Amino acid sequence: MVLNNIENLLEKYENGETSLKEEQQLKDYFSQETVAPHLEMYKPMFSYFLVSQKEQFTKQLPLETKKAFNFKWLSVAAVAVLMLSIYVFKPNNLGGTSITDAEKVEINNAKEALAIMSKHFNKGTAQVGYLGVINKAGTQVDYLKEITNPMNRLFKR
Amino acid sequence: MTQLEFLNIVTPFKDKVFRLAKRLLVSREEAEDATQEVLIKLWKNKTKIKDYKNVEAFSMTMTKNFCYDKLKSKQAQNLKIVHSNYQDHSVSLQKEVELNDSIDWVGKIMETLPEQQKMVVQLRDIEQYDFKEIAEMLDMNETAIRVALSRARKTIREKLTNTHNYGVK
Repeated sequence: MVLNNIENLLEKYENGETSLKEEQQLKDYFSQETVAPHLEMYKPMFSYFLVSQKEQFTKQLPLETKKAFNFKWLSVAAVAVLMLSIYVFKPNNLGGTSITDAEKVEINNAKEALAIMSKHFNKGTAQVGYLGVINKAGTQVDYLKEITNPMNRLFKR
Repeated sequence: MTQLEFLNIVTPFKDKVFRLAKRLLVSREEAEDATQEVLIKLWKNKTKIKDYKNVEAFSMTMTKNFCYDKLKSKQAQNLKIVHSNYQDHSVSLQKEVELNDSIDWVGKIMETLPEQQKMVVQLRDIEQYDFKEIAEMLDMNETAIRVALSRARKTIREKLTNTHNYGVK
């Protein structure tokens, strides 16, 4: 490459007027082993640019763990809420059958009434028991039929 | 959007984000943290990514703003932003001789530039964006970028010429 050309480019370069392509030409020129002695001071500059271009970001991005953690805690929270709600609400449901005093009185009244009723019923059934005697009597009455037999015999013959 | 899709979008320019952050914050660790922060912000807003017309430029702008905030909060705390990843470089002449090819020297010269010039050089000479993209990223017009770039390049050249003539080597 003609030295003149490089000098022109350098001037444009320092005025901020070079295109990316021209800058690439300069970089190529100054990455050679030997450059014109009076341009020597540009060499470290351009090689520094080339070196810095290669620096890389090596740290790991914690995207995945963050996401996974969210889900984990979500499920933990859900389970916790579930268990808590079971624990809190179950005794309350059982407690719902507890009886107030007014209800107790009513229940006692009902019990008494039922007791009286069953007492009378029992009395009734005891008396109905005598019907068994009637049955017995009924079977005895059957003997009267025997009487009709001889009478038939008497009248027909 | 799955993680893989996101990484496919981000991977081509994540190094550029990192290098810009490092240019501004100097320390490698801080630059890594900043990059991580910027990418995680993008990930959190991943539903909106399709609406951005240029995700890369958007990320670079985010990085710039993030680093500015970082630098500002440090100034507010009256802390000095000294973060050399190198050893003490003014110890001895012997050490300076060992600065290979004075390439490291260029890096140090760049540290002395104003923030805006640092970024312009970074985006143009290192990342090779065209002026239109840089204008979008830095919210400047192209003329202002050319001026900043020209100043930065001249400063670097002058300082290099000095060391060259007085002989760091």
